[in-house]
This record gives sequence, C-alpha cells and structure tokens, in this order.
Amino acid sequence: MSESSAPVRAWKNLMWFFRGVTGADAYERYCAHLAAHHPEAPVPDERQFWKDKWAEQERNPKTRCC
Amino acid sequence: MSTELDEERGEIRKIRNDPDRPPVAVEEPLPLTNKGKAIFGVIGLIGAIAWAVIAFIRGESVNAVWFVLAAVATYIIAFRFYARLIEYKVLKPRDTRMTPAEEFANGKDFMPTDRRILFGHHFAAVAGAGPLVGPVLAAQMGYLPGTIWIIIGVVFAGAVQDYMVMHMSIRRRGRSLGQMATDELGKFGGIAAQLGVLSIMLIIIAVLGIVVIGALAESPWGVFSIAMTIPIALFMGVYLRFLRPGKVNEVSVIGVALLLIAIIAGGWVSNNETWAAVFTLDKTALAWWLIAYGFAASVLPVWLLLAPRDYLSTFMKVGTIVLLAIGIIIAMPTVQMPAVTHFAWDGTGPAFAGNLFPFLFITIACGALSGFHALVSSGTTPKLIEKESQARMIGYGSMLTESFVAIMALVAAVSIDQHVYFAMNAPNGLTGGTPETAAAYVNGLKLLSPGGLALPDIDPSVLAQAAKDVGEKSIISRTGGAPTLAFGMAEVMAVFGGSGMKAFWYHFAVMFEALFILTTVDAGTRVARFMFSDALGNLPGLGKFKDPSWRVGAWVCSFIVVAGWGSILVMGVNDPLGGIYTLFPLFGIANQLLAAIALTVVFTILMKQGKFKWAWIPGAPLVWDLIVTLTASYQKIFSDVPTIGYYANHDKFVAAKAAGKVLAPATSMEDMDKVIRNTMIQGSLSIIYAVLVILVVLVALKVSIDAFRKGGLPTSEAEDIPSKIYAPRSFFPTAAEKEVLDEWKAAGLDPSPQGVGH
Repeated sequence: MSESSAPVRAWKNLMWFFRGVTGADAYERYCAHLAAHHPEAPVPDERQFWKDKWAEQERNPKTRCC
Repeated sequence: MSTELDEERGEIRKIRNDPDRPPVAVEEPLPLTNKGKAIFGVIGLIGAIAWAVIAFIRGESVNAVWFVLAAVATYIIAFRFYARLIEYKVLKPRDTRMTPAEEFANGKDFMPTDRRILFGHHFAAVAGAGPLVGPVLAAQMGYLPGTIWIIIGVVFAGAVQDYMVMHMSIRRRGRSLGQMATDELGKFGGIAAQLGVLSIMLIIIAVLGIVVIGALAESPWGVFSIAMTIPIALFMGVYLRFLRPGKVNEVSVIGVALLLIAIIAGGWVSNNETWAAVFTLDKTALAWWLIAYGFAASVLPVWLLLAPRDYLSTFMKVGTIVLLAIGIIIAMPTVQMPAVTHFAWDGTGPAFAGNLFPFLFITIACGALSGFHALVSSGTTPKLIEKESQARMIGYGSMLTESFVAIMALVAAVSIDQHVYFAMNAPNGLTGGTPETAAAYVNGLKLLSPGGLALPDIDPSVLAQAAKDVGEKSIISRTGGAPTLAFGMAEVMAVFGGSGMKAFWYHFAVMFEALFILTTVDAGTRVARFMFSDALGNLPGLGKFKDPSWRVGAWVCSFIVVAGWGSILVMGVNDPLGGIYTLFPLFGIANQLLAAIALTVVFTILMKQGKFKWAWIPGAPLVWDLIVTLTASYQKIFSDVPTIGYYANHDKFVAAKAAGKVLAPATSMEDMDKVIRNTMIQGSLSIIYAVLVILVVLVALKVSIDAFRKGGLPTSEAEDIPSKIYAPRSFFPTAAEKEVLDEWKAAGLDPSPQGVGH
C-alpha cells in the first residue's frame, strides 16, 4: 500500500473498513487464524466456511438494538 | 503476573509481558499540553456559545447548526475529560491482560478486531429506530428540553452505562448482562433480571411494530417498497449461499441498488389504481403480516432471511446517517418549534401524555440512555476487542455517536412546520382524520412561533398539499414518529435533488426506518425465543428445550414469543386512543428499567471491588433513572388523571359503559370494551416491570451494603492472563503508541494479527 496514490489508498481503507464492519472478511480472517495458530488443521473451503458460520448464527442469535 | 517495567519516561510506561517481545501496553496519564489546552479551550468556547444560543436566544430564527455544534463540542469535552476520569480512576483498564478476544481466539466469534472496525460494528449493533423516534415525539415539548436531555443524558448516563458494562464484561470473559447479574447478585436477582430482560424485549418489539405500521398503513408506496425487501433479502441469501459465497459487500451493493429501485417503483405502484389497491393495507392487516413475518424469521434458516437483511440494514444505516448529517449541514434548516411549549408543563401534549418530568425522559429513551445497549456491550463486543483500554472509544464513543443521531432526528422534527407536526402526531380521535378537521384542530392549539408570536391559522389545503408533496394520500395522524422524521428528512434532503425529490426522500426515510425496525423485530424475536427456551429448559422435565436445534422446541417457543408481542401489537393498532399514545410510554419505561438493571449490576460490582468513592459514577444515573422510571410507573398505575393513569382511564370507561355511554375517542361499545381491556393489560404490564426492577435493585442494595460493611467482596472477575498482542487505545495513536508500533515493526512482528491487510 506504500506505492499507491492517495485516492487509491483512501478507497482501499474505506473498503477495508466496510468489509470489517459488515463481516465480509470473515473467511480471510479465519484462514489467517488457522495459519497462525493451527497450521496443521485443514482449511475449510469458502462455501463450507459460510455454511458453518450461518449454522453457528442459527444457534447463537445476536441482539440488535431498538 | 510477570509484568516487567520496561521504560519509564516522564509518566509514560511501556510495559512488556515477555522480555523478548515488544511492549504490549502503553500507560500514559495524558496531561494537557499547552497546545492541547488551547484546542480544548476553543472547543469549549464554541460549545458554550452554541449552548447559549440554543438556551437563551428567543429570536424568530434559531439555526439548527447550533444544535450540531453544541452536541459535538460537548461530546468531545466529555470524551476527553469525563470518560477519561472514569477510565483513569474507576475502571483502570490494564492492557497487559488478555481480553476474551485474545484469550479464546477461534477466528470466528472470538477474534481480536481492529478498534476502528469494531467501533463501526458496535455502533451498527446499538443504533436502531429508537433514537430516531423518541426525539421526534419529544419535540412536542419544544426543542430545548429534548436537546438538553439527549446531550447531558448521554454524557452522564447512557455512555457511562455502555462503557462500564463493556469493561466489566471484558473482565468476565465476555459474559452477558443476565449472566453477570446471576454471578454478582445471586440466583434470585439473576432470575428477576433475566425475566425483566425477556418481558421488556416483548414490549419493545411490539411498540416498534406499531411505529412501523403507523408509517405504512394506507400507504401503498411504503407497503410495496418494504414488501420488496423480503424477496430482495431472499435473493441475497441464495446468492451468498449458492452463487458467490462470502461476497458480502458485492451482494449488499446489489441489494441496496434493488432497494432504491423498489422505492422508485413504489411511486408507480401508488399511481396505478389496481396495484395501489393491492398494496393498500389497514393497520390490522399489517399487524398480522408483521406477526407472520416475525414467526417466519424466527424459524427460517438464518442465511435465507436474517443474515442478508442484516447486511442491508447495516449498509443503509451507516449510509443514511452520514447522508443526513451532510444534509443538515448543507441545508442549515431554521427551527420552527419554540424552545419550550406549554405541553411541557400542563401534560396535555397530543403525541404522548404527561408532564416534562418524568415523561420527556421516558420518551427520548434510546438517544440518551438505552438499557438495550447493555445487551450488546456485554457478550458480543467484548469477544472482539483487542485491548481493555479500547472500551472507552468503542463503548463510550459509540453511544456519543448514537446521541448525535438522536440530535439529528430532533433537528429534523423541529424544523418542520408546527401545524404539520401536530397534525401528524395527534391521534385520529383528536384530528378527525380529514384536512378540514385536522386544520381546525391544530388552529385550535393556538401555537406560538419560536419568538412567542401567535402563528397564523392554516388552511386545510396546506395539509393536503404537504401529503401530496411526499406522495401520500394523507399525513394526518401518522403517529409514531417515523412519518414525521421521514417528512423532516425529506425537507432536509431536498438539498439533494430539489423539492421534486421530496416524495422519493420521504419514502427512502420510511424504508430505512422500517428496515431498522424489521431487523430488530426478527433478531429480537429470535433472541427472545432462545432466552425463553433456555429458561424453559431449566424447569424439571423440560430439559429438551435447552437444545436449540430441536425443531419442535423452536416452533413452540417461536410461537409463544410471537404471540407475546403480537398480542400487544394487535391491541395497540386497534386501540381507539392510539397505540403510540398509550404504549410508547410503556416502551420507554421498559427500556429505561433495563438500563436500571444494567446500572445496578455495574454499581454492585464497583461496591464489591471496594471502589466506594467512585460508585456515584454509575450510582447517580442509576438513582436518576430509578426516580424517573418509578415516578412514571407510579403515575401510569396510580394517577387519577385518565390521560395518564391506565387504571384511571380504565375506571372512567368502565363507569361510562355501565351508564350505557360511549366516550370519545371510542365510537362504539366495541371500542369501549377495547379501551377497558387494553388499559387493564397496560396497567398490569407497568406493575410487572416495576416490580421486577425493584426486586433486582433491592437484592443489589443488600449485596452492596454487605460489601460496604466488609470493605469489599470477591467478584466474578476472571484471572489475569498476560497479553501477547498490542494495539493503540483510541482512533489515532499517540506519540508513545507510535513508538511501540514501530518497535513491533522493527522486530518483524504483527502487533495484532487480524488476518486482513490494511
């Protein structure tokens, strides 16, 4: 990111922020977590990861405020 | 604990947990430099001027920009000084400790997350329709009381609650408010708290349902565009699961585009006689649709409906709030409402009954203090936070932002024409529902301009034209706050695209509020269903209910939960007195009582920790909140004024019925029966909430006195595990924090591995 120009950087930062807030980066983060902490564990494919994630949400609903 | 003092320069301490690794914490007292003094002096001065203009100038034109300035300046000062005091003297976060996010990191729900992203995440989770609706209703008492409470309330109550609950949950492995109550207050206090939370959720869902129905009833445009959000969400769900898994932002952009098309198409639908008839629904029909929706959302798979709706809602939320802020700054609307109206003192306001004290504080609720936030601050966010010290920015900071949203809603409401405001917010029983009767009603209110002059009477055509401008058949008695806000927003947003765009912006705003509310309805129903089945599972012989994947249990519990809020909803929309007028106070009381439970838990923990000297920080807002809510509950239960006391009204209608009379606004004996039944239920609910909270407070008081006598008691704080990661505490790193970040970089290490490049 050091070589890119200011508008490109700003756009990238905005995308990074939005992806984080909505949780779009969940798969990348999970893979990175596995690589860092459990390098021996199998990495699930993206489709399976999201399936599991929703199954998890199914069991642990999160509150939204009023 | 093997914390080793690494470097002490002035008062700045960089602390390492491992001598071979860079520091994991920076502690600095942040004394004010001369430059800092100058900056905060200027901010303070701007704030003081803005407050003086709002509070003392009684000219004909007060510009809304002063509200924005007063709010922002106060927030900055409060964040820098009061929140810092709480941090430094009371909570004393230690960044050498692991947070639950680091300790239990699993790459999913426990995961250290960048503080700026988590701020957005937490804000999106706490912000909803509440701070938008409450201030709009409160505007009937003038702009000043609402402004003061939204700003002062957040600084000393709302943000304090969110911040402290978050900190204590971080120290307790991310436990929820209910679990913390059980741990700190014992089993009985915990059960009372959990019952309180569950019953309060039901009323909150029901009243938000009434708000959304108020905006959609008899509006084919609104109904069409909201109805379209369901197929859009289903499409997004299928897209994410089968077509392009994980492409959340891509599908959200498509979703938002489809949403905008749905709003535009709504205009065509409302102009086409056949289709308009299909999408014109009355309140009762809408209530049943909403109930069906809530049930479906609770039992359908998350990926199909809930998850995609949530993405849409987050996008719209952040986008619209930013857009509204820009709109207000560009449009700089002039305030039409006086500083204080006589409704503040005589309690006869048409939007909600009762005097300024206590009902203003009940009505504004969410923008200043919201008990619901304690449910997000405990549980969800602590599992994602990198460092304990970030709770100030995320907990206190997000709540300040929410308060700012409330200020913008108030600005939008007080900058529309007063006659229009009152015509929209008075129940049908008062306005009569037609432009002629409504104009006669609002002219009869003898409204005053901000400068104190009598406003000239309006012609009925003004109200008819106002409705036409926003593409509605009528704007009369569109109670609930959402239509008023949409109307105000449409006027503000007309800076983008001119007055020809008003109808679009009105329906855009309605759509965005409805989206928020439906997200709360579906997520809330699901959470309540889980809480309920968990509670049922504790009973002997019903242990099977503890298993959330048991389909029969899910259906049974969903049905009971939906029946719970659905019955209040149907009751509200059919109420001859107007559902908002009678039920909104109950909503506010419920939310504020939840805040009382949260503040009680926090207060008790401080007492147990022996921090008696600082217990006033949650103690003062707790006492204030209890005075407000219990006074309001008392009046709702015991007042002999029928417009205020539920039972007084009940008795009045019972007596009239016995005498064979029909009392306005009821128009038939059937209406009379409805009022008699509804007032009884509303009165009983008031009693239940008040009793549950009094029980929790009494238990907490006993524990606190015990703690005081013994000089402190053990709390359920988790043990100290040394942290291995580092992150700055606020938005921008200080000089010392930058040095530490550089040290990590020089060592070739990532201070807080996140898994995504930045």
